[in-house]
Amino acid sequence: MISRLLLVYLCFALAPFVFGQDAGTSNIGSGDATIATADAFAENEPSLDSGNTAWMITATALVLFMTLPGLALFYGGLVQSKNVLSVLMHCFAIACLASIIWFAVGYSLALTPGGIGEEARSWIGGKGAFFLQHLSIDSLNGDHPETVWIMFQMTFAIITPGLIVGAFVERMKFSSILLFSGLWLIVVYCPVCYWVWGGGWLAERGVIDFAGGIVVHATAGASALTLAAMLGRRHGFPRSLKPPHSPGMVMTGAAMLWVGWFGFNAGSAAAADTSAGMAMLVTHLSAATASLVWMLVEWRKTGKPGLVGIVTGTIAGLATITPASGSVGPIGAIIIGASAGIVCYYACGFVKEKLGVDDSLDVAAVHGVGGILGTLLVSYLGWKGELGGLGINHELWNDQLIVQAQGCLAAVALSVVATYLIVKVVGAITSGIRVSDDDETKGLDQAEHGENGYSLS
Amino acid sequence: MKLIKSIIKPFKLEDVKEALSEIGIEGMTVLEAKGFGRQKGHTEIYRGSEYTIDFLPKVVIEVAVPDDIADKVIETIVKAAKTEKIGDGKIFVLPIEQAIRIRTGEQGEIAL
Repeated sequence: MISRLLLVYLCFALAPFVFGQDAGTSNIGSGDATIATADAFAENEPSLDSGNTAWMITATALVLFMTLPGLALFYGGLVQSKNVLSVLMHCFAIACLASIIWFAVGYSLALTPGGIGEEARSWIGGKGAFFLQHLSIDSLNGDHPETVWIMFQMTFAIITPGLIVGAFVERMKFSSILLFSGLWLIVVYCPVCYWVWGGGWLAERGVIDFAGGIVVHATAGASALTLAAMLGRRHGFPRSLKPPHSPGMVMTGAAMLWVGWFGFNAGSAAAADTSAGMAMLVTHLSAATASLVWMLVEWRKTGKPGLVGIVTGTIAGLATITPASGSVGPIGAIIIGASAGIVCYYACGFVKEKLGVDDSLDVAAVHGVGGILGTLLVSYLGWKGELGGLGINHELWNDQLIVQAQGCLAAVALSVVATYLIVKVVGAITSGIRVSDDDETKGLDQAEHGENGYSLS
Repeated sequence: MKLIKSIIKPFKLEDVKEALSEIGIEGMTVLEAKGFGRQKGHTEIYRGSEYTIDFLPKVVIEVAVPDDIADKVIETIVKAAKTEKIGDGKIFVLPIEQAIRIRTGEQGEIAL
């Protein structure tokens, strides 16, 4: 078994050579970070732009709002009433943990120039910024403070493991969740973030991932599916489960995610400029289109348009436009939203019915599939053609598509393999990652946290 | 004395309460309940997955009355709670052995 795993990992490690080196690069996405050193300061004399800085601070707050409380409520309403607090707790604790890891090693490994040996330069960031030792109050990232950039990117590192919560609700041990999320952030999120936004091999090839279709949604989706398959199904899946306990809470959370997503996508322009404005517009149009399309598909399939359905469509539309929000125009956004509404709807059924995996809150179907779909669609819809694209990194859209596919494949491969290994390690440390049958029946609120979501007397 | 126990649709509670007040019933106990009868449960669909709901929400109203007005009370409840659709509920009538008012210790019909 171990040797087979090693083989898989090796295949993955050789991926860039297998994919070939012919994909040329014209420029690199706007998300790449540089550490403003004293030298750079002297050479380029970058100065702080207070307008951009103000927007980045605002965007940072919006993205944190997506997780706390947006995602927490969105997920919390979808579970049974006896597990609502456990889900809120997962999102909250992961947010705190990811913040500290980001400070300690995450930011350095994800977004600063590679420094652990020359060979690793394309694969992982440097260690110069561990514990943010390099940072001073005057450090700049472009024309805004590096402190703000660290915070902005931290909120992405918070929501990504937060998204995976949807895969393991109602049955995973809290201790295993903390360990898994911490390790996952370092082993999966940081490298992929570096490949795409830190100047790694995908950035060198000109991949387009404006706000995290690959870095956030593909990694979370693939890891969620892997973890859910290893963890096993909830009791009663799929025929005798209890329905979502509070669709109203789900809608509240989804609406907060929608608002926060303006910080996520428009903030990824890293400036208060025309690109940010267009990102906001296309993000909104995609969300609205996907919501309506999902609602119509559900109406036709089940006879009734449901609230949980329309807001799930919203999230699918938001996840799908994410990688493309810096490259497409309004028409492209409508096409992306419509595709998201249809494809993600059927993906939910595919994962649960056909694969039989209890990815409980459809992380893989909504985020994974949506993120990958948008990452691929941007090649054509972002191309300066008749559909109003704003431009892509390669001259031809099919060249861009190859790079986009490589990015998705590599991120999914690392996510699956690393998640498998992390779960094995965590399982050994916490003697299994699943709560006892008794605790699952009692509900995690009582069993794991000693609290009750609803006391009706 | 009779205990009249009516299992009705939750949205009919106000109508039944009003109707009972009109015929002079001064007290009742209301319980939120779940259950099913011949109509069984129903299914709900979220994100394309079907969930079977076996137990439907119902309200149980308990009224204790003297024997001579029991029939009138039952008639009133039936009239107020009826929608003529499946799932309207049921009424059970039970004999009461004794009734005691806790504050005064009074017993029998005077305690109702």
